[in-house]
Amino acid sequence: MSSEVILQGIASGLLIGGVYALIAIGLTLVYGVLHIINFAHGAFLVVGMYISYFLFTYLGIDPYLSIIVIIPALFIIGALAQKIVINPLIDTPPHICVFVTIGLGYFLENFFSFAYSPEYKNIQVSYAHSIISLYEVTISVTRLMTFGLAILLTLFLYLFLKKTDTGKAIRACAQERDAALLMGIDTKRIYVITYGIGAACVGAAGAFILPFFYLGPYVGHTFLLIAFIVVVFGSMGNFWGAFLAGLIIGLGEAMGEIILPSAMKELVSLSIFIIVLFFRPQGLMGKS
Amino acid sequence: MKSVSFSKIIILASFLILLFLPLYAGSYILHVVIIILFFGYLGSCWNIVAGYAGQISLGHAIFLGAGAYTSTVFFLKIGLSPWIGMWAGGVSGILLGLFVGYLTFRYGLKGHYFILATMAFGAITKVIALNIDQIGAAQGLIIPFKASFSNFQFVGKIHYYYFMLFMVIGIILVCAVIEKSRFGQILMAIREDEEAAESLGVNTFRYKLMAMVVSSFLTSLVGTFYAFYIGYIHPDTLFTPFLSIQITLIPITGGMGSVFGPIVGSFILSPISEITRGFLGKFSGLHLMVWGVIIMFIVILIPKGIIVELQDYFHKAQRKKLKE
Repeated sequence: MSSEVILQGIASGLLIGGVYALIAIGLTLVYGVLHIINFAHGAFLVVGMYISYFLFTYLGIDPYLSIIVIIPALFIIGALAQKIVINPLIDTPPHICVFVTIGLGYFLENFFSFAYSPEYKNIQVSYAHSIISLYEVTISVTRLMTFGLAILLTLFLYLFLKKTDTGKAIRACAQERDAALLMGIDTKRIYVITYGIGAACVGAAGAFILPFFYLGPYVGHTFLLIAFIVVVFGSMGNFWGAFLAGLIIGLGEAMGEIILPSAMKELVSLSIFIIVLFFRPQGLMGKS
Repeated sequence: MKSVSFSKIIILASFLILLFLPLYAGSYILHVVIIILFFGYLGSCWNIVAGYAGQISLGHAIFLGAGAYTSTVFFLKIGLSPWIGMWAGGVSGILLGLFVGYLTFRYGLKGHYFILATMAFGAITKVIALNIDQIGAAQGLIIPFKASFSNFQFVGKIHYYYFMLFMVIGIILVCAVIEKSRFGQILMAIREDEEAAESLGVNTFRYKLMAMVVSSFLTSLVGTFYAFYIGYIHPDTLFTPFLSIQITLIPITGGMGSVFGPIVGSFILSPISEITRGFLGKFSGLHLMVWGVIIMFIVILIPKGIIVELQDYFHKAQRKKLKE
């Protein structure tokens, strides 16, 4: 194995890792604040992808630009879903909430299969085949843009959580729900907003991957599993943990692709998952 | 006292109806009832580890798949009768249950972490099964149809029906015995408060593992039925999270931690699933969309399941009467 192949693997692993990070940050935020495992997260990715696909195919809007529509749209869809189906169950045992998000996921994914088409699609942006060469490594422009925008959005979200009042309230809820309530924070409202943000993050990620990935009602499943792995790896509820773990899992997958037969590459991230669960369930950032 | 005898009458009546059902039901109805019994059985198995012991497993399909694959491979390779293969499948279920249970409980995974770990085991099993050529890999395994008793293949559905009815009666008895036994009481104590149970000297690890193994063994037994009833097994249909989730929804609808909950849940949920698939199947995705809405409705309206909610309701009514 030449160093070229490894460098190429590192580059492409990091680039896709940025997207994993963005997806996982949405999931970890929802877990940190609402204390639910959100199985509908992958479905929101699919919703984002389809909206982006429609905007591109029928209006000619670039997928990277389409997030201007997708972020607010997904925020509203997510917030509504939280208010209608998840809020009534917020204080029930954890597994009950798991099932309501599973139902929500089925509903959202299959909506597009029914209303549009169950077939796999992809789009061709004009710059789909442009590449940048750096020493021996070639990087496709779409992947680089996706990575850059995912990082940008992550930073933006971080500043939002750090600086704004709503962001501070969200962090307060994540830290100590009851205390936040006593301080006069409307926790129910924060739940709605947080869930909306989670959906918006993953929806934007959907638009970001559309230029080089295929689209279908069930593509969210793969990403959902990866997001779970990343979230646990980076300590459930931890923002920068999810970010770091996203990059690591992306790298690990790319390395697995080089070493293992292609059908087995999923085993890398799944094995990391199992090992983390057993030996360090609190994750990278957690205190033991 | 009155309500007890009332429920006994219902149980007896439904048993009699089920016993004589093949006399007057058509092939499609019989198929739907077989599916109801099948999922009622699977839900009951899951209920042992999830309903009584409180360990929510989202990977139960792997036990079913292990049972199905074991007996099918033995049948295809060396012609072993499925009636024996069923028990070989059971052994594979025990081993897999020991493996999953030992690792997850040994490392003390609880709540969300346990759910995610069982899900991960499901995903890993699927990847592995898809990559082993000896068991058909991504082609799956087809069981050629040669009707005979020793091949567990029958013309028509009546034999399958009575087999599944027999299994369901069996699992109801098993669950009833577990519920009354010391074993069951300890499982419920673990479910309610694991630390308290531990402080009273209960070896919670051992009991949770036992619950897992009993559940995985019973689940893998009907894997053989699945394989030979359908005649085709594939990792994508057997090791899918969709199936695991479907198994869990049955007791959630009917009532977790009750003997008849999963059976009642299956009688509500499985026909809805079968009928929506039958009628809406021609619109791609629509029946799964409806399925999603039904799941949300059920979980929001009756989060504890029908039987438990009804019991709560009657208890409240009774208490009110006593007060007056």
